[in-house]
Amino acid sequence: MAGRVSLFVTCIVDQLFPRVGLAMADVLERVGWEVEFRRDQTCCGQPAFNSGYWDEARQVARHFLQVFADADYIVVPSGSCTSMITHHFEELFASDPAALEEVRSLRSRVWEFSQFLLEVAGVEDVGARFERVVTYHDSCHALRELKIKEGPRRLLRRVRGLELREMEIAEECCGFGGTFSVKFADVSGAMAETKIDSILRTGAEGVVSIDSSCLMQIRGALERRAPGVETWHLAEVLASQ
Amino acid sequence: MRPIPVESLRATLSNQPLEEAIYASTRRLMEKRAASIPEHLREDFQKWREQAHRIKRHTLENLDYYLELLEDRLRARGGKLVYARDGAEVARFITEVAKERGVRLVVKSKSMTTEEIHLNEWLEREGIETVETDLGEYIIQLAGERPSHIVAPALHKTRYQIADLFHEKLRVEREEEPEKQTLIARRVLREKFLSAGLGVTGANFVVAESGSIAIIENEGNARLCSSLPPIHIAVAGIEKLVPRARDLAVFFKLLGRSGTGQPLTVYTSLLTGPRREGEIDGPEEFYLVLLDSGRTKVLAEPRRRESLYCIRCGACLNHCPVYRKIGGHNYPWVYSGPIGAIITPQFHGMEKDWWLPFASSLCGACGEVCPVKIDIPRILLDLRAEAVREKIRSGEARLERLAFRLWAWVMTHPKVYEAAGLFNLALRDDESGWKDTVPGVFHAGPLKEWLRFRKLPAPPAKTFRDLWAARRQKEALEE
Amino acid sequence: MSADDVREEILAKVRSAIGRERGRPAPEPPEPLLEVPEMLLQQRVEQFSAALEKLSGKAHVAETAEAARALVEELISQRSAIASNSPLLREYGIASLPGVFTGYTDAAELKEACASADVGITGADYALADTGSLVTLSAPGEARIISLLPPVHVALVPRDRLLTGLDELFTVLPDPAEQTSSMVIITGPSRTADIEQILVKGVHGPRMLHAILV
Repeated sequence: MAGRVSLFVTCIVDQLFPRVGLAMADVLERVGWEVEFRRDQTCCGQPAFNSGYWDEARQVARHFLQVFADADYIVVPSGSCTSMITHHFEELFASDPAALEEVRSLRSRVWEFSQFLLEVAGVEDVGARFERVVTYHDSCHALRELKIKEGPRRLLRRVRGLELREMEIAEECCGFGGTFSVKFADVSGAMAETKIDSILRTGAEGVVSIDSSCLMQIRGALERRAPGVETWHLAEVLASQ
Repeated sequence: MRPIPVESLRATLSNQPLEEAIYASTRRLMEKRAASIPEHLREDFQKWREQAHRIKRHTLENLDYYLELLEDRLRARGGKLVYARDGAEVARFITEVAKERGVRLVVKSKSMTTEEIHLNEWLEREGIETVETDLGEYIIQLAGERPSHIVAPALHKTRYQIADLFHEKLRVEREEEPEKQTLIARRVLREKFLSAGLGVTGANFVVAESGSIAIIENEGNARLCSSLPPIHIAVAGIEKLVPRARDLAVFFKLLGRSGTGQPLTVYTSLLTGPRREGEIDGPEEFYLVLLDSGRTKVLAEPRRRESLYCIRCGACLNHCPVYRKIGGHNYPWVYSGPIGAIITPQFHGMEKDWWLPFASSLCGACGEVCPVKIDIPRILLDLRAEAVREKIRSGEARLERLAFRLWAWVMTHPKVYEAAGLFNLALRDDESGWKDTVPGVFHAGPLKEWLRFRKLPAPPAKTFRDLWAARRQKEALEE
Repeated sequence: MSADDVREEILAKVRSAIGRERGRPAPEPPEPLLEVPEMLLQQRVEQFSAALEKLSGKAHVAETAEAARALVEELISQRSAIASNSPLLREYGIASLPGVFTGYTDAAELKEACASADVGITGADYALADTGSLVTLSAPGEARIISLLPPVHVALVPRDRLLTGLDELFTVLPDPAEQTSSMVIITGPSRTADIEQILVKGVHGPRMLHAILV
């Protein structure tokens, strides 16, 4: 065993896309890591933080700190939630030196799934086979806060049978943005349409991303326009054999 | 607090030609910017951004010192510095100068600061004809609209609309070619330039140590406004200062590339006071009006002070997926896009414009391109928290607050969280796949809004934690 | 409220916003990042020409005064031209070419003449290789509007004033205000893209720009 990782299965994955969590565990085990799941975990606090309810976000973030206090590595199937923990917790605990210390220690322990594979586990080929034509959507927080751009593409290129076709506007936001997608449903919907136009122009059979929330937005809109086009979390593609 | 202007947003989104005009123009501007920062310049470009940020920060943290220095140096060069607390004071000063000298016609070059205070309306009310001379601004003035973009004010207009406009307002043949339209404007405006008694410009930068202003432009109209009339008045915000002339190099390199993808704009003027002994042309009098109008309020907020570093390049607008859908006119003030979303509520207060910081998917594209590295996404978040505090104070967020409190309670009590199966309560049924409706009682609020444009995943029969427990159990049995 | 009171009020607000006391000096500002690369003259000339031509201007090199004169004559080609009172233009005999009006000392007359002339001829104090720019400093011999009102602008610039770029300009001239009331960096002919982002040249200033390196 290479070591032990603790999964942080985000609330969206836990409730709506549990297969993504299982797929992530499969891949991690396959490349030699021991996987644990701490059942007391819930959420990173991002929904409240992004909505301006920082007191409530702080409570939930503190719960996260408690649950994962002694975990060596925490792996997350989401760029957005990872970034919340590694980039925004500091803001929440700015006036709490003790918590701040813990938050800073998290930076080297919390990893987005694809980054963990490449930078900690040091694997690029996880032995996957997935015979589909896919396009890749850069999720915003992964791209701009975690600087994840090439990593997931490198992993995808090693998947047997897979063809990666870039869309023109891979880096443009899908329009999800949490509560933005309901507060400004029309604008968010229009943004999704633009994204979908670009996806459909590639002729790919589906879209891959490392954030289930983006995929929920993209798929939700695709279902209305092109129900045959699928969405997969990177973990699902890498778990497939 | 005011509701989100949903109807107006909807009207824009369903206006197909407008949507295409905005999206295509901003895309073109994005491409031009990218092309002007080729691979071999990327590293330098990041260094320039850092440097520009540092200079702005230093200047604002010592602003009173630089303001006083500027006043001295400008006086020594024969110019005069005038302070104004608001738009009315700017207008009053310009009107006084114009009336004293018998000026009836004022030519203006593009300036966001004068747009901000509606200078033209003030002057027109005093009977002083005021003509915008930047082509885009001229179009907008003829149409009686306001600019929809910081750099390209007529970005929302097509050439066909402009053809109609010129035909109607200038009584010329209908002309659809941008080149010929430009010639028409050149001819009309040339006459104005030659007879104007006063030129008003903005200033992109104000150099404290030299008493100079810098103006960046492509058309030459700002040069004409500042060279031909006997009086030149420049209007700028107090935040536009930099310490020394040599600090400008880095800003010039950033501004042209970020705004229009030009390594340098066509005309970069550094003007210091009126014409000097022996010079044949140039203004005989020069005034620099520095405007507060809310800026000192922003300055006093250290967490958001950097909002004042903005050099008005428009890059954040061009890269913002929200701006690119809703255009400039849905923003309540002349500053639109991400920078408008952060400065408008800071200048005008939360009461009216609280929703602006929420009109963002927080994608971060704005912060990534900002040439002076304003952390716009962080300030958006900060303002959201401020808006919530304000709403709680005014008792308007009771229900929302209750919901988040309940949410936090559930999320800090794992057993409750498991039992609640948050999403699933509303959605779970025996069907699988994606749903376009939910049971009546739940078809309200957020779910209803979501379903207007998208389907929702039907939640699986088991959550991850259930499946995980089952998997571990099975593994244990197999061993 | 008097102008002085407004001034005092704003300065007081600024000081209170940033927590400073009246009259305190500022610490040294960050060092400017000015980098001047080593570049041979020939290289600079090539870079300058390429950059200017990309902007649809034209760069010429004239080895002698005669060549410069002949070139200007050709560029004017029988049209009406106005030359600034620059000593450089006199020295090169450009001011005395047939069809060239010069020697204006009255603002109104100059304005009228420039408004109807086809070509404006000026000197330039510097040129910038990397951006293809001309740098003009207004002076008694160098009016502002000759480079601006006529549809064609021709500028002469001594070759040894061809700098590598902006950084070198601000190294050579750290405070332009000491020398001139108006420094203008001209980078290509006047242009706009205000209508549908379509590029149009010659909106208020010249449509065509010729730079002659002498």
